[in-house]
Amino acid sequence: MPRRNITIDTITKIEGSAGLKVFIEGDVVRDLQFIVSDYRRFFTIAVKGRRVVAVPSFLSRICGTCSVAHLFASLMAIESAQGIAVTEQTKALRRLANDGLMIRDHALHLYFFVLPDVLGVDSILDVPDDPDDPGHTLLHDSFDIKRLGTDISNATVGAAIHAPWPTVGGSLRTPDPTRFPDLLARLEAIRPKVLRGIDTFLKWDASLVRNTDYLGLRNDTRFDFLEGDVVNSNGRRIIRSEFKNYLQYVQVPHSHAEGYRFSDTQEDYLVGALARMNLNRDLLHPRTREDAAFSVSAFPSNNVYHNNLAQAIEILQCVDDAIDILRTIQLADEKLVRISATAGTGVGVIEAPRGLLYHMAKVDDKGIIEDYDVVVPTAQNQINIENDLKDYFNENLDKDEETLRANAESIVRAYDPCMSCATNFLKIDWIRR
Amino acid sequence: MERSRHQTSGTDQYKRLVVGWFSFTCCEDSTILFTELLNDHFDEWKKVLEFRHIKALKTKNSLAGLDVAFIEGAISSDSQAREARQIRENAEYVVAIGACACTGQPSTSRNQFASEQINERIQWYLSHFDYGKEVRRLNEVIQVDDMVRGCPMKVPSFLQTLNNYLELFGIVDHAS
Repeated sequence: MPRRNITIDTITKIEGSAGLKVFIEGDVVRDLQFIVSDYRRFFTIAVKGRRVVAVPSFLSRICGTCSVAHLFASLMAIESAQGIAVTEQTKALRRLANDGLMIRDHALHLYFFVLPDVLGVDSILDVPDDPDDPGHTLLHDSFDIKRLGTDISNATVGAAIHAPWPTVGGSLRTPDPTRFPDLLARLEAIRPKVLRGIDTFLKWDASLVRNTDYLGLRNDTRFDFLEGDVVNSNGRRIIRSEFKNYLQYVQVPHSHAEGYRFSDTQEDYLVGALARMNLNRDLLHPRTREDAAFSVSAFPSNNVYHNNLAQAIEILQCVDDAIDILRTIQLADEKLVRISATAGTGVGVIEAPRGLLYHMAKVDDKGIIEDYDVVVPTAQNQINIENDLKDYFNENLDKDEETLRANAESIVRAYDPCMSCATNFLKIDWIRR
Repeated sequence: MERSRHQTSGTDQYKRLVVGWFSFTCCEDSTILFTELLNDHFDEWKKVLEFRHIKALKTKNSLAGLDVAFIEGAISSDSQAREARQIRENAEYVVAIGACACTGQPSTSRNQFASEQINERIQWYLSHFDYGKEVRRLNEVIQVDDMVRGCPMKVPSFLQTLNNYLELFGIVDHAS
């Protein structure tokens, strides 16, 4: 049997560093390795012995692009461990800031990383300068969308990256409501541009279909990234504190990141926007559902490229949700909800831009971290990515190597993986493969 | 160093500053912030900068002939150190970007681990991949000409540093 290997040392236009090795024997893929090559920083070990109030800000440094998600998951884990119930205002502000995160983060992925694939160019730097060129229009749409997402975060939590205001029990500062009318006007004005993006990713005919399981957070009252239970495609419902018990850790010898299987199915699964749209599209904001109805009808979908379309729809969802919050919120100067240090364990599970994010904090009676654990979306998608790529290569080995490489990169890119996140934690129960 | 604007052959009427953007061990917050700066500076910077190596934005990258290399992140391994030296050899100037490159923190956290914290799980990673004994800040590995501090980088400092190099290479005035 003739053997050959295909190696991509560095997959570009993603967050962080990853590569790919494909081992081919005859006309079959013998092995495929998706290699996360960012070096671990062992942050969950580094926080042991620290006071709880210092931990969320430190752990936001796990990831530059979704730092707000790590910040909120960590706050929720610690607040749960301490028995702290935050106010409705704090919940609304976190929801608003999370909308800003999703708008900015999804737009970065869709327009800076994926759009060149759609347009058939290497980079946004190759998009024509001609204002009449559709690519030029979309790229400049993205600047306005990203800027708006960032400005929402700036106004509600102090910054889009490593936000300084959120803390255990609330916020160190009350946002300035005089900034809200401008945000509201810009949110309304941005909708046509967001809809143009949705239409672009709907019309992109890239396809890789494979049956898999989907896991996501579901709040039965609204499309929610911060509250709810974890559900899967079969209707299994798991309360957040139990989520970790359903994950089977898989050590991946070739990667700095690990993988997971879902214990119910013993199979791989997918988290992220595609999972959320498959599981929760009935809960989309009414305006989003109405104006993006044709695109939403593409779901449920097993086409991994529809993760891009799902993210584009989620931008609109977050725009419409942010409009609702900004129209109704009445801000008061609130004191932080703090109680005497209490020994306990708490869990925070939220939907980060790339999918389910789990933080667990075990705190002693002096308010010191005894143990900490994090499970990030990209690690949960590691095995799914490899299995998708195996299918792709097995079905397309007759194609030339340049095409195979380009398509493999675009499949990985569709997942929107984040290697910075994927290399900052350790799990306990090892299953060697 | 005195330089003067010079014409180039090829498609560019004027020389653009040839830059590379690199990332080692960090959370890439400064890379993300850089992509945010493109919201406001994309059209302007396309006139004065040639992005020769920036894997966050391009697949086709080259190290050759960089005027300025912007490097984010700390150095975790010998292979990363070799890569940093290779960038240094190809760049006239190197700018350390963000806290991990400038100070090592917080990526150097594992340097402070007590021996009892280096448990079996950590040890597996340290021995299975080419982790260095310690994580190092960038100027412990290569010569650094400038630093843009902050976590993420301070935007005014970055813009000032970039403008300094545009001036140094005589490129500023043709952007207007």
